[in-house]
Formats: sequence, C-alpha cells, structure tokens
Amino acid sequence: MPSCLAGAIDCDIHPAVPGIAALLPYLEEHWREQVVTRGVDDLASISYPANAPLTCRPDWRPERGKPGSDLDRVRREALDGFGSSLAIANCLYGVQLLFSEDLAAAFARAVNDWMAREWLDREPRLRASIVVPIQNTEMAVEEIERCAPDRRFVQVLLLVMGDRPLGKRQYWPIYAAAERHGLPIGIHAGSAYHNPPTPVGWPSYYTEDYVAQAQAFQTQLTSLVCEGVFTRFPALKVVLLESGFTWLPAHLWRLTKFWRGLRIEVPWVDRAPSDIVRENVRLTLQPVDAPPDRDTLLRILDHMQSDELLLFSTDYPHWQFDGDAALPEGLPESLVRRILIDNPRATYARLTEDAA
Amino acid sequence: MSRHVVAAAAEIPPGGRKLVTVRGRPVAIFNIGGEFFGLFNRCPHQGGSLCHGRLTGLLQSHEPGKFTYARQGEILRCPWHGWEFDIRTGQSYCEPERIRTRAYPVAVASGQTVVEGPYVAETVPVSVEQDYVVVEM
Repeated sequence: MPSCLAGAIDCDIHPAVPGIAALLPYLEEHWREQVVTRGVDDLASISYPANAPLTCRPDWRPERGKPGSDLDRVRREALDGFGSSLAIANCLYGVQLLFSEDLAAAFARAVNDWMAREWLDREPRLRASIVVPIQNTEMAVEEIERCAPDRRFVQVLLLVMGDRPLGKRQYWPIYAAAERHGLPIGIHAGSAYHNPPTPVGWPSYYTEDYVAQAQAFQTQLTSLVCEGVFTRFPALKVVLLESGFTWLPAHLWRLTKFWRGLRIEVPWVDRAPSDIVRENVRLTLQPVDAPPDRDTLLRILDHMQSDELLLFSTDYPHWQFDGDAALPEGLPESLVRRILIDNPRATYARLTEDAA
Repeated sequence: MSRHVVAAAAEIPPGGRKLVTVRGRPVAIFNIGGEFFGLFNRCPHQGGSLCHGRLTGLLQSHEPGKFTYARQGEILRCPWHGWEFDIRTGQSYCEPERIRTRAYPVAVASGQTVVEGPYVAETVPVSVEQDYVVVEM
C-alpha cells in the first residue's frame, strides 16, 4: 500500500453485477419471471466491452467472470491496495439503456438492493450511488426517496449521455430530491445509446466513443449552467465521474466568453459560468488526461483556478494507470491532501456522518 | 476638468445619438428622453464603437423562465459581441468592477451661459439663441 494515499476517499470504483442471476433475488416476482421467460441473459452495454483493455487492468482481470464482481478482490485490490478509508461504488449496469420505464425502475430497485445487501452490508468501507430509472423522472424520484434513508447511499448516479440534455426542466424533480437529501448528482461516462455518442452521428470505433465522452461532459455542464439548474438548486453538487478534467479550463473560458455577450438569453445565469462551476461542480481524478510531465499538469491545475475541484478516484477496475500510481507525480502536498480527503468530504455530506 | 461644447442640443433629439471628439477622445453622446449621457466610444473588450450599439433594457431573472425587464433604453450593447454596459456608469454587466468604459457627465447649457464661458467650443459655433450639449472632461 502506498503510504501517500493512506486514508484516501476513492470517489469512483465499479463493483459489477456478476450476471443477471445475481439480481433475481432482488427483482419482484413478476419481473423475475419475465427475465427467466424472456431469456434476458444480461443487461450488457457497449460502454465497456468485456475484453477492451480499458475495461480492466491486466493484474485486476479475473480468470473468470466480470472484473469488479468479486467482493474479496475489490477489498484487496481497490480498498487495501490503496489504503482507502472509503470508496464510492458506482455500478455500471445497463439499466439506463432500457426503453421500458417499468423494467428500468424494476432493475434500478434490484441493483440498489443488491448493492446494499451484497456489498454495503458486507464491507463497511463501501458507499454507493443510487441507480435511477432516468427514463421516467417520477420513477427516478421514487427510487431516490426509497434509497435515501439508507445513509450509505451518498449520491445519485446518471450517465453522461441519455435522451436529453440534463439541464432540461423535466429532470428538475430529480435535482430537487437530491438537494433535499444532501446527495450530489454523479454523472458518469457512458451512454444509454438512445442517441449517437457524438453530436455528428454514430462513429465506427470504440476509441471514438471513449474520446467523445469529454465532449458529452462539456455539453451537459453547459446545459446544467444555462438552463439554470444551479440558480434553482444552489446547494446542489454535481460530480463528473471518469470525465477527465484537462478540458475544463478551456471549456469554461469558452462558455464564460459567450455568456458575456449572450447572457440575455439566460438572465438567470447571473454570475460567470466559471464561478458557478467552481462552486457547484467537482470532477474525479482518473483518468488523468494530461501528458505525464509535472510542469504541464501544474499549468493545467493552475488554469482550473481552484484546488477544490478534484476528487480522488482510482476508477477501479478500469485501466487508467499501473501499479499504485493513482496520483500523478509532482502534485504539491497541500493539494494531495485536498484531493484525497478534504474535497471528497466537502462534496459528499454523508461521508462525514460516521465521523461525527 | 473643463466643459466642452460638443453639439447644439437640437442636433441630438430624444432617442438620438452622436459621436463627438473631446480632447482627441471619441465620445458617444446619447439623448434618452431628454437626459444626456456620454460614454468613451470604445468597448473595453475589443474596441467596438459603442455609439453604434443597440440601447436595450436591463434584463434580470431570479428564477429560470422568469424575466424582469427594467430601465428600458439604459443598457447599451456593444455592436460587436453584445457585451452590455450601463449607460449611466459605463459599467459592464459581466464584470462591473473590472470591465467598464468611462462615463462622462453631459449636460445642456443655454447659449447665454456658453457665450459667457468658461466653456471650450473648438468646433461648434455658438449663439445665444440656442441650447448646447456640454461634456465635462
């Protein structure tokens, strides 16, 4: 265990549903029967293809089964491996891809209950995000209300690419519920594939898909700001998960520049977008999408104009770095402490409850 | 600081504007409902001619979808990139403390007082029968 990481709060790891059989006990009877009758084998997404190198680091890849699906390995590799005091489980399962709202809601309930029983009950260092059926806002709110009393759920999980821009008012009840319960909205890389993953149409290759995630994050950030989500819900925190972060300064510059001339369209955006983002938005560390030299990274961090934005993450079991090099080299010690511990605690109110 | 006669008042009726030069500096003069205003005619962003901007109101909102429109005609938008300036103070909307153009006091003086001085009237011929627009700089 690298001593410099001791006590870290890992804000993005990915325990995986090993297969649909694991969820059957958590599905209501009707849905359980439907899964069996219809022969639904798994809710697979192409966001992380099973054999893609990114999907799992070679030394974390199990001989059999899905990466991240075994609790003992997650304990050993993701928690003990980095000395993390806490880790937030963001379960990526194909719930958001379904077109049936009822089926999505049933699977969201099953995933969350499975997470609580199979992971949170058995490992005290784990916290989790609430998977919601984003296909239907009322049902998503119901699921938040159902899970929120369990304080080990610390966030609401959305995918960065869904049906519509996330700032739209149809989603606001979700934000109201999240704000009310002190739950940040975590927006994770990935798509429902209801729209092409790029604004110009369907690409051919996985590389294109993964690179395009950064543009989707930019677009969602712009939508949330311009539609006035942070004006309406000033206490809401949004965390961009597995988003990369080096694009942020340039994007904020561009957004703020156009706001200066066009803000009459969105007069509720009464401060520079860069100020709003620095107050309400956070980003996880991995993948560090910067060249591996210290000076370049420090320049980018300087351009971010705040040391409160980044939250430590390993993105386990995704292959973003080797060994225990979860932190890029050359970060000032004060910033390391903030990234590892202070910023996560300031972002996720529920993480500090045990300590109180 | 001295007072400069820049135009006959009749030249700039309500709703009118005129670009003048005072001590070598371009100044945009506006008559809004009989009240005169003067701004340094250079947008602090990239130098757009503010005299050619559109006068609009102050649009604000306390909640998405709700609009409050006030001070009709007192906000000047630069013709180049749309930055907004308060015609009374020269302050920008986007960063009022840091980004501003200079506002000059403008008044109307009678021909009689102008003739008596001490006004500077380099280019405007003055007679006692008319009123004049006077810029302090």
